[in-house]
Amino acid sequence: MTEYTEPLQRESLKIAIVGHVDHGKSTLVGRLFHDTGSLPDGKYDAIRAMCEQRGMAFEYAFLMDAMQAERDQGITIDTAQIWFKTKKRDYVIIDAPGHTEFLKNMITGAASSEAAVLVIDAHEGVQEQSRKHGYLLHLLGVQQIAVAVNKMDMIGYDQGKFDAIEAEYRAYLASIGVTPTYLIPVSAREGDNIAGRSDNMAWYEGPTLVEALDSFRDTSLPVDAPLRLPIQDVYKFDERRILAGRIESGRLKVGDELIFSPSNKKARVKSIEAWSVRQAPEEASAGSSIGITLDHQLFIERGELASHLENPPLETDVFTARLFWLAHKPLEVGNRYTIKLHTGETQVEVQEIRTVINTDTLSEGKSDRLERNSIGEIVLRAKKMLALDSHDRIAATGRFVLIDNYHIAGGGIINMDGYADQRDLITRKSENITRVLHDVTEEARAVRNGHIGGVLWFTGLSGSGKSTLSVLVEKRLFQKGYQSYVLDGDNIRHGLNANLGFSPEDRAENIRRIGEVAGLFSRAGMVAITSFISPYRSDRDRARKTVGKNFHEIYIKADVAACERRDPKGLYKKARRGEIAEFTGVSAPYEAPTSPDLVVDTVARDIDACVEQIVDYIEEHLSTSRIRELDYSI
Amino acid sequence: MSHLDELESESIYILREAFNRLGKIGLLWSLGKDSNVMLWLARKAFFGKVPFPAMHVDTGKKFKEMYDFRDRYATEWGLNFLRGECPPLSEIDPDLPPATRAAARKTEGLKRFLAEHQFDGVIAGIRRDEEALRAKERVFSPRQTTGEWDFRDQPPEFWNQYNTSFPPGVHVRIHPLLHWTEIDIWKYTLREGIPVIPLYFSRNGKRYRSLGDQDITHPVASEAATIPEIIRELETTTVAERAGRAMDHEAEDSFERLRANGYM
Repeated sequence: MTEYTEPLQRESLKIAIVGHVDHGKSTLVGRLFHDTGSLPDGKYDAIRAMCEQRGMAFEYAFLMDAMQAERDQGITIDTAQIWFKTKKRDYVIIDAPGHTEFLKNMITGAASSEAAVLVIDAHEGVQEQSRKHGYLLHLLGVQQIAVAVNKMDMIGYDQGKFDAIEAEYRAYLASIGVTPTYLIPVSAREGDNIAGRSDNMAWYEGPTLVEALDSFRDTSLPVDAPLRLPIQDVYKFDERRILAGRIESGRLKVGDELIFSPSNKKARVKSIEAWSVRQAPEEASAGSSIGITLDHQLFIERGELASHLENPPLETDVFTARLFWLAHKPLEVGNRYTIKLHTGETQVEVQEIRTVINTDTLSEGKSDRLERNSIGEIVLRAKKMLALDSHDRIAATGRFVLIDNYHIAGGGIINMDGYADQRDLITRKSENITRVLHDVTEEARAVRNGHIGGVLWFTGLSGSGKSTLSVLVEKRLFQKGYQSYVLDGDNIRHGLNANLGFSPEDRAENIRRIGEVAGLFSRAGMVAITSFISPYRSDRDRARKTVGKNFHEIYIKADVAACERRDPKGLYKKARRGEIAEFTGVSAPYEAPTSPDLVVDTVARDIDACVEQIVDYIEEHLSTSRIRELDYSI
Repeated sequence: MSHLDELESESIYILREAFNRLGKIGLLWSLGKDSNVMLWLARKAFFGKVPFPAMHVDTGKKFKEMYDFRDRYATEWGLNFLRGECPPLSEIDPDLPPATRAAARKTEGLKRFLAEHQFDGVIAGIRRDEEALRAKERVFSPRQTTGEWDFRDQPPEFWNQYNTSFPPGVHVRIHPLLHWTEIDIWKYTLREGIPVIPLYFSRNGKRYRSLGDQDITHPVASEAATIPEIIRELETTTVAERAGRAMDHEAEDSFERLRANGYM
């Protein structure tokens, strides 16, 4: 028996080839095949004979058609997907036809590719489709792009014309945040700068197309990125308790300490389990479907994301995403969907649609719905804490699909700009803590004060009237014999929170501490009035949880336009000039309360009426003379 | 990671996904090279023990070598083996061309078998490169209870996310080998040392490239007597894999009609 040895392991790279319909995509692909010597024997001659028969010049585009036809007939050409080979590696071409289902094809094709070739016709220059394709590649997160400026033969290999196209397209791509890796003048028909350097364009000093492709990195198996192992299942077929999953990025060794998010449990890897291997593996890396056992038993479920303690994923229940919508029924604000994010699955609600991008015109607009085959920036809120990453950091745990009506309805890539990692906010770092019980009860304090303790949590835009109202309400309450105290943003930042800045994490921590302090005031029997923008619902919900039943969310309501007219501290002007980054209402979101305990409309009513409204509310809810159900015995 | 490692890892992921997300599932064991690879992958995925039944819907017309193989490895591999029967030919639409009709008998047998055992999903070893229509398949492919397949309206699969939520009454075909090619199957069989039915090897200048019922499967001309020789042969062939399967060639749409009715 002859021994068959597997050939040396060859790398393969998935590339998408996109371009305007007539800009020579098929010819370019045919050329790539031919010039890299990837064509099966006899294929070239067969096409030449076919062209001669029809009395036409050799047409490379027929190669694509012929090979496609063969594949359709089920004849195994090499392997079905590996299309052409260079010395360095194999290339799988993902064709993204530019027809009606363009977006769907781009997503299913280009979204899984590592790099792209964008074909532009030098003769016609940058066309609308060239812009659109560049933009979509950008949206889909494809970062390695070679622009092939094709048909240079038709413009006499003119450097000046190439330079003009290069300048125009680079300017356009820069305007959408894309830096193409290469712009290469080529002629697919003549074979200039495809695999071999062209004598016709001695002025060009950059790489050929093949050199450009060979220089791209394979990012599909990010072994050097931080470890991400989503737990797919837990098996107990025998005495072993095996956690199964595929490593999406990084590597893992026996003995490594892992943290599982979002449960934040920790354990060490005891073994990597495998069947039918000579020796149990000691380590595994991205791309492997593995099973591990732990040094002590943890209750871990599918959907937990394992990582090392260094560089763990983010934890959040709200995030923004760039979403491609594919379902017939549009996506609308308030709709609920099932999200599938690595192996996790949970309910999310569409909280906001920030912008809708028309994929035909590339214009951005406002809408409360996202139609089929369009793209939008949206905010999703999950029912529970999720472990995830920003897509630009780790792709596999930074993208998701939404399921609606039993179908995959859309796909999105996650952007965490403006949102905080909530890991530190929900993780208790110290252990061995026991609560001390007070002998003085809440009721006893209430009897002495004539009111129960509570937190009046004012939330609203800058300039909505929070500070003005809080000070006036405090004064009125004092006059009425209430123990009350205002916690105000700037004051707290001078002391308790002096070590916090304005990053999303610091803002969230700022609010967390205020919630805790307000809760202490409340338990001490006092009425704490907090006056903070507190734009994020997650932060306010956390404060509500900390404080407990005596938390009153009071929405100080005024729209951005009204607040901007008032602009008491001149902050809106600064924000509009770009001097303040991430200013709520201007360049950062404000998530209005969905069911506040009280809405105080400072646009519709004057200050006195607003104060009156709040004081009435307090009397009704906190005064012992009004509440009957308290047990005053001590 | 080598190409075979990547394929193996993806298939294991799919098998585990099916086992976790779907209720009652089983694996269709046609005894051919593909489903043997699939069983092997299932043993890897679940650390030696296949946690669902391996099912053979028996036409009663397979080669003796196939039955011998089945009986031996069902025991040796500790499989939970289930056998389904096919109805007599007289119960099948007489308007179909003869070989297509014989294949349809198997489809009917499968339907009855699935209905009897109430499976939510079955794992099948089809590959995208086998046949044009199969190229349009998905990894998780929902069917109505009647087994019909609407390939024109399938949601896309991307980013390794498979749709695994289905309305009640829909049963699902899972295809862990969809992205494998015939050559991949042989290379993997060789690498892993997976047992092979000898009919695949050349005897007297002929070998079976694809195994089905005795009366409607024909050998192809070949000198390949070992797996390495088969791989070399496939690297240069221009003959389609299913060339020896009679029902594919009776009418232009034979296969499509079979598939639409639930044929694998």
